[in-house]
Amino acid sequence: MASTEEIREGLAEIVNEITGVPAEDVQLGKSFTDDLDIDSLSMVEVVVAAEEKFGVKIPDEEVKNLATVGDAVTFIEKAGS
Amino acid sequence: MSRSQARVVVTGLGATTPVGGDVASTWESLLAGRSGVRKLTQEWVADLPVQIGAPAAVDPSEVLPRVEARRLDRSAQFAIICARQAWADAGFSGKASEAGLDPDRVGVVCASGIGGLTTLLSNYDQLLASGPRRVSPLAIPMLMPNSPSANVSIELQAQAGAHTPVSACSSGAEALAYALDMIRAGRADVVVAGGTEAVISPLPIAAFANMMALSKRDDDPTVVSRPFDKNRDGFVLGEGGALMVLESAEHAEARGARIYAEIAGAGMSADAHHIAQPEPSGRGVVTAIRKALADGELSPDDIAHINCHATSTPAGDVAESTALNTVFGDRTPSIPVTAPKSMIGHLLGGAGAVESLATVLTLHHGLVPPTANVDDVDDDINLDIVRTTPRKLDDGPLAALNDSFGFGGHNVVLAFRRT
Repeated sequence: MASTEEIREGLAEIVNEITGVPAEDVQLGKSFTDDLDIDSLSMVEVVVAAEEKFGVKIPDEEVKNLATVGDAVTFIEKAGS
Repeated sequence: MSRSQARVVVTGLGATTPVGGDVASTWESLLAGRSGVRKLTQEWVADLPVQIGAPAAVDPSEVLPRVEARRLDRSAQFAIICARQAWADAGFSGKASEAGLDPDRVGVVCASGIGGLTTLLSNYDQLLASGPRRVSPLAIPMLMPNSPSANVSIELQAQAGAHTPVSACSSGAEALAYALDMIRAGRADVVVAGGTEAVISPLPIAAFANMMALSKRDDDPTVVSRPFDKNRDGFVLGEGGALMVLESAEHAEARGARIYAEIAGAGMSADAHHIAQPEPSGRGVVTAIRKALADGELSPDDIAHINCHATSTPAGDVAESTALNTVFGDRTPSIPVTAPKSMIGHLLGGAGAVESLATVLTLHHGLVPPTANVDDVDDDINLDIVRTTPRKLDDGPLAALNDSFGFGGHNVVLAFRRT
């Protein structure tokens, strides 16, 4: 299983690909909406790309709980373990 | 000059077409008679009955940042590119409020013929191949036909209304007519208006070919689109579009804007005849021309030039010539006409906008671009077709028409005037 840092890096690549936000800005404490300015449609794209990359399922009802990059990394770690 | 309605003028132009990525290069190519039609090189053309088209001379990916482009259907990418050019050309920069305008007085009318068809098709492919989870959450906002118009309104923060007329191949001209109405009715001072299209892909090519609308000639691609010529056999599918800044004359004059021409009037009619065939006598076209003249307070004798719809289909070009002869009578053979589709192909929802832009520039520069490939004029065409080299128009006040017709029997004629 990938480490926390590997998941964060993978997620940062996805966020950069979809939204253009620099990968180095995608840090654990950052809020997707307030800090990274990612709208709800782009967030769905990020989630679907993350599911594919990490081989996990992130249910729609879970997405609203993923406020920060750290929340998403933690969810992916747990879902993949 | 005393006129019964508020005058509306053209103060900014933007275009991306098969012969140029902007207005200057497009105009230069049209004057030179240079064709943008070529052999398509995509893998998917192999099985198609028609393998030529007129793709945009400059791909939007060379202009727009990747992240911005991936959220927009290609038709909306063209619209954003055209809007930025037209806005800057009109002397504006930034959003409406930053340009010193009241956002509630700035509108957008960007037409489309078929909307985000390629976005729809690629998402359907994704659905079949990988299941519903892989359908993009952006599919609907990208494929809806009003997406170009909405995106331009967001870009400029234009809040007087964002509209999308849909009337097949007359959509782009209808957008300009709608914008004219918005300004005359007092709903806006400035409207960015025109149309775009981006459907060079297998399904539309197969469908247009199967309805016998496309040329099936397989010789030199640049000679295939040949409006008015005896050996024409259909149109060539093009892509791209144009947007113009229309403005009340009062508003334009108050800010000292450069005025290219006045959009003097619009006339519209419906053939009510057949969903794809032109009405052979051209009666609907005659009605639209007469309405445009009346709306612009012009007489047939005022018209010094006509930018024809002429798609290079056997029936359509003759019907248009017949209609022009009905309206202009004995004067018809002395009015220089041109058919830009001979070089840019048929841009569907973008056609009326690009060709209106060409009409505006024809008045502005006093030069009629030539029609390419008219080697042997059809006996049923009785028009003064400008060929080979541009034709100079007289100095002083002039008026010109742009014809645009669409599947479904839609006829839109716009009258432009140089004062």
